[in-house]
Amino acid sequence: MQLFMQQLVNGVVLGATYGLVALGYTMVYGIVQLINFAHGEIFMLGGFGALFTYTVLLPSGTPVVLALILMLLGGMAVSVTAAVIMERFAYRPLRGAPRLAPLITALGVSIFLQELVRNFYPAKSPRPFPQLIPPDYLINLGGGVTINAPKLVTVIAAVVGMVALSTFVRRSRTGRAMQATAQDPDTARLMGIDTDRIIVTAFVLGASLAAVSGLSNGLQFGTVDPRMGALTGVKAFTAAVLGGIGNISGAVLGGFLLGIVEVMATQYAPSPLSGGAWANAWGFVVLILVLVFRPNGLLGERVAARA
Amino acid sequence: MHSSRIVRVGAPLIIVGALALSSCSSKSEGSGGGNKTLTIGVVAPLSGDLSAVGNGIKNGVDLAIKQANAAKTVKGVTLVLDAQDDTAKADVGATVAAKLVAESSVVGVVGPLNSSVAKSVAPVMASANLAIISPSNSGVDLTGRGALATGTTQTRPYKSYFRVCATDDIQGPFAADYAVKDLKVKKVAIVHDKKAYGQGLAEAFAKQAKADGATVLKTETINPGDKDFSALVTKLKSESPDFLFYGGEYPEASLITKQMKSAGLNIPLMGGDGVDAADYIKIAGAQANGDYATALGAPTDKLASAAQFLTDYKAQNYKDPADPYGAAAYDSANAIIKALAKAYGEGKTGQALRDEITKEVGDSNFQGATGTISFDQFGDTNNKVLTVYKVTSGAFVPVKTDSFK
Repeated sequence: MQLFMQQLVNGVVLGATYGLVALGYTMVYGIVQLINFAHGEIFMLGGFGALFTYTVLLPSGTPVVLALILMLLGGMAVSVTAAVIMERFAYRPLRGAPRLAPLITALGVSIFLQELVRNFYPAKSPRPFPQLIPPDYLINLGGGVTINAPKLVTVIAAVVGMVALSTFVRRSRTGRAMQATAQDPDTARLMGIDTDRIIVTAFVLGASLAAVSGLSNGLQFGTVDPRMGALTGVKAFTAAVLGGIGNISGAVLGGFLLGIVEVMATQYAPSPLSGGAWANAWGFVVLILVLVFRPNGLLGERVAARA
Repeated sequence: MHSSRIVRVGAPLIIVGALALSSCSSKSEGSGGGNKTLTIGVVAPLSGDLSAVGNGIKNGVDLAIKQANAAKTVKGVTLVLDAQDDTAKADVGATVAAKLVAESSVVGVVGPLNSSVAKSVAPVMASANLAIISPSNSGVDLTGRGALATGTTQTRPYKSYFRVCATDDIQGPFAADYAVKDLKVKKVAIVHDKKAYGQGLAEAFAKQAKADGATVLKTETINPGDKDFSALVTKLKSESPDFLFYGGEYPEASLITKQMKSAGLNIPLMGGDGVDAADYIKIAGAQANGDYATALGAPTDKLASAAQFLTDYKAQNYKDPADPYGAAAYDSANAIIKALAKAYGEGKTGQALRDEITKEVGDSNFQGATGTISFDQFGDTNNKVLTVYKVTSGAFVPVKTDSFK
């Protein structure tokens, strides 16, 4: 039982990262029906932005809490800037184009950003990331189940991020404008909503959350590398689809579900299909099963009637 | 190592460098004093990321040639060096190999550094039966050793190819012997990344560790590129092993050891030369202490036989260090020079000279800087030296160097 609970905690932590990044996929998709495959790279840029802030901008001896806040802001600045430029120059000109064009563009942007970072950090290996929150500080959750400090931060960040985002979307004026744009962009424009600005807002919010995740990822594992966004991006996209793409709670739910499935598969899957190497395959088995019974994902709405 | 790790590093293709260097070749015609000029070729990366290692090889050969000329080892012959830049790329290697083969004064070649390059160089050399000795290739297929793992008969793919270093396939058994016999570990967990290098290493380790009497837990696998190993660590912890062998490379290994120790599973991680990297310690930090990695060869400054070589090397004021393969390259060149001395003494010339040298190299038996130089019927050295390194206060420190029988 202790083993099961410990693995459950591991799964929730893994899922927290997926969920935070999945929010960016789901929001952009909800509003412009674009699968922004470069979002994984926005997550990666958040990690590198935080690292750059720490190594270049911060004087040594900065208090840890202040350093973390500034690293978060630095990471967000880089992520958000990249997302806004990307939206303006790569996606907006293709707004009216067939769906496939922006999708391919997103893949191109993704490769471009990876190579860009590789040029700034021309190492063949992962970059060490400062371990400001000690990873061997274990918090006992009872019954011998533990979680270390950076992981706890990751989970808290994911939950706070999701609550803040859904509150923003439901309560604020801009949030309601986002909902309106998602439901019917043409009518929203007729009602006086600046839809271009709303779309940029969606990119900015998604990028901010990705930067949070990039920072917490760096703190958790102590490394960042230019390729880190590719795998996480695919997983987060999967989580978004699992939860019902376009649905904010669904993205986080999908993230947690995917994380837990991967971890449980590592521990409990039957022999030839067991081990970490098969964890990804089990994640997709669950995705397929969910899509068979709920084609729009766990919390997805039925959109058959959308004209 | 050079079959997997260094190759990936890649080197910028600087053809200009190769051309510039090649201009110092073609001195087949006799020079003054009735002396005939013969050439020893070098194929190694002389530009790009690996140029320091490649130049160490070139310098080792250069030193051997200078000493042979001074001592008149080959009577009536002045030896010259023709170093070709393979830029660590297989296609460039094939091109420069063809160039050396076409040059009739070339009597033997030392190199290349990378196993992947050797795969395209060795067949060209074999076509002319021109002896080539590599100081560093560890890929098993170059001498047909791949067959040993599958239980089939080993056959030699390239009749003129030799090497003076150990091969990838003995790293796993060597590491297992050290873990079980020297460290006396009882219960070993095995993890690998499913890549050819990692899986091969891990399977060879597991087999030997079992044979040595240790309990080997069911092998776990991970995906290269993964970062979160908490599920794996939790699972391992529940099985309470006292040792972990990892088949793969340092980006994952460093995260595994870190997460393992953070979670309170304080057992050493051991890996092959894919783990033997400064970045392993940089990423894992203090938690790398107590971990092990094996590597092919021996640290030159720890070898008594290499003391004279290191003194002579230093005296030449070469720009690049002798390590890691300068001493092995020096031995390789000397094997060719000794073979040449015999063959030339018998009055052989042209193709007959090359044939005879290849045969004589195969019969080599002398004390070199890295130990006894002799080859088996497949071109592999009989002196397979490996070293175990232990991370001690933030650096890999050699703890055991031994030859594998």
